[in-house]
Amino acid sequence: MFDQDKWLEIWTTVKKNKLRTFLTGFSVAWGIMMLVVLLGSSQGLRNGIYRTFLDDDALNSLWISTGVTSMPYKGLNSNRPIEMENSDLDHLKETFSEIENSTSRYIMWSALLSFKSEGGNFSIRAVHPDHQILEKTSMEEGRYINERDLSEVRKVVVIGRKIKDDIFKSENPIGKYIKIFGIPFQVVGWYSDYGNAREERYAYIPISTGQKVFNASSNEVNRIMLTYDEAMDLETSDALAQKIRGDFAQRKIFNKIDPRAIRVRNVQRGAEEILSVISGVEIFILVIGIGTIIAGIVGVSNIMIVVVNERTREIGVRKALGATPASVIGLVMQESITITAVAGYFGMILGIVVVELMSKYLVHDFFYNPGVSLEIAFLSLSILIFSGALAGFFPARKAARIRPIEALRDE
Amino acid sequence: MIELKGIKKSYKIGAKNLEVLKGIDLQINEGELVSIMGSSGSGKSTLLNIIGMLDNYDIGSYHLEDKKIKGLSEKQSAVYRNKFLGFVFQSFNLISFKSAVENVALPLYYQGVGRSKRNKIAMKYLEMMDIQDRADHLPNELSGGQKQRVAIARALVTNPKVVLADEPTGALDSNTSNEVMQLFRKINKEQNITIVIVTHEKDIAEMTDRLIHIKDGLIQDEKRFN
Repeated sequence: MFDQDKWLEIWTTVKKNKLRTFLTGFSVAWGIMMLVVLLGSSQGLRNGIYRTFLDDDALNSLWISTGVTSMPYKGLNSNRPIEMENSDLDHLKETFSEIENSTSRYIMWSALLSFKSEGGNFSIRAVHPDHQILEKTSMEEGRYINERDLSEVRKVVVIGRKIKDDIFKSENPIGKYIKIFGIPFQVVGWYSDYGNAREERYAYIPISTGQKVFNASSNEVNRIMLTYDEAMDLETSDALAQKIRGDFAQRKIFNKIDPRAIRVRNVQRGAEEILSVISGVEIFILVIGIGTIIAGIVGVSNIMIVVVNERTREIGVRKALGATPASVIGLVMQESITITAVAGYFGMILGIVVVELMSKYLVHDFFYNPGVSLEIAFLSLSILIFSGALAGFFPARKAARIRPIEALRDE
Repeated sequence: MIELKGIKKSYKIGAKNLEVLKGIDLQINEGELVSIMGSSGSGKSTLLNIIGMLDNYDIGSYHLEDKKIKGLSEKQSAVYRNKFLGFVFQSFNLISFKSAVENVALPLYYQGVGRSKRNKIAMKYLEMMDIQDRADHLPNELSGGQKQRVAIARALVTNPKVVLADEPTGALDSNTSNEVMQLFRKINKEQNITIVIVTHEKDIAEMTDRLIHIKDGLIQDEKRFN
């Protein structure tokens, strides 16, 4: 339905009251812009936190580390160290079919790495090949540690970007020999980790090599990490963690409720908590945004009431000439919806521009790639139309109730 | 054409009931040029509003063209007003941001007539009122007499059965008043449109064919001129 006359009608009133229309439109445009910017920012916050805290490691994983018992158990003292070794991982893989990828890890916190005249202290992690999946290490060049490195106890190393930059400068490290405590290791690849720069200070070597060369052929490991099916829900994965804890308690003889003897961290659990915090923040942001829009709607509604009051006589004349209540309501509502829609559209575009600028120039660990999704755009669009209708409704009803004789009474 | 029987109407003012019309019996036939004269507060405007379906009556009956007018919905009365009646007001009540021709065309808009067609019809009526050269002017660019001509053109544009005029000369000087009254006479004679004029001025009332004198909500007397 395109009624040219109604549009002409609206155009003339708008033209007659440029400042008023502009101010009304501005409050709506501002409201919508704020909503879009806020929603875009909350998206950026979510992306940033997700990238920094959650995308860093595989979420569907359990990290196992041991400590010292804090409770006496079966005649054994507390303060007894619990240790893990290679056989523990083999046992877990045999016992728990839920395990998909798995790795042990043996760490040397400070190791002197050198190449030619350059050198520095970095941390070394001796790992299984699956560690790449668990830590989400993304290779830039070359390859990661593989099974043959392990079985042949090769002296190979994968270095982080920071090590490469510090020690090799602009030289290509692949195939070169880097010395770890004076022992040469061949560099087979290098990786980067944009989510977390600290991760780029690690060098990875095969766990068999690490144990043999740096730990006098012991079987000790500091940590076991494993993944389970991504589709597994939180309850099931927590139960799996409990089963693994119980299994350790039985084999290493400690009270299975002893919190310090062993720690089985379910990464998914932590992620859930962070995500629920993000959701809380998002709801808060949404409430603020909607509040801003409501202020805009009230503004439009106010203006429309003023418009109706000013036009009481005119509306009375129209009714005397045959305007039905429906056509009066239509006139006021259409004007209100038009003002909000046009102004809101500009506000939305402006908001999108602001969000785009933010994503370009606002870079922070916790703020990444803010965006306005299609859903956000549609959401604000429907809020627009709805708010226009709402803002127009009460003034329109008031207009429809104007009685011609009262409007036409000569003072 | 217009048949009123025992019309009573009262307004509530605070706790008191003010009876404005106390039983009006009146018949106006097709083609008549009638004036309703009375002083301020006599009930003449209320009577016109009831005839114009702008107000309800309490007791009695009102038939317009043999249709009983009582308890109509707002929409229905809007349609009837548009179809059967034309209004002329003391203060013209032209819409200030519309040109003369657009003002005249407005009732046709509510009939759903297309833009170019209704502007053409409106021009015809402006010509009839001899004011076609002011068609594109806004009301505040017109003199009082010209405004009232535009308003009369607007009242006629739907080709109504009855034109109701509430103090149409109240805001005009006597020369212009005479012109407007001559115009009403001409329309009445040439197009056989029933015209009811409410006024408090005796000399204006005497320019019609039939004078109904109303006082304190009742018809006092009636005169016919020929």
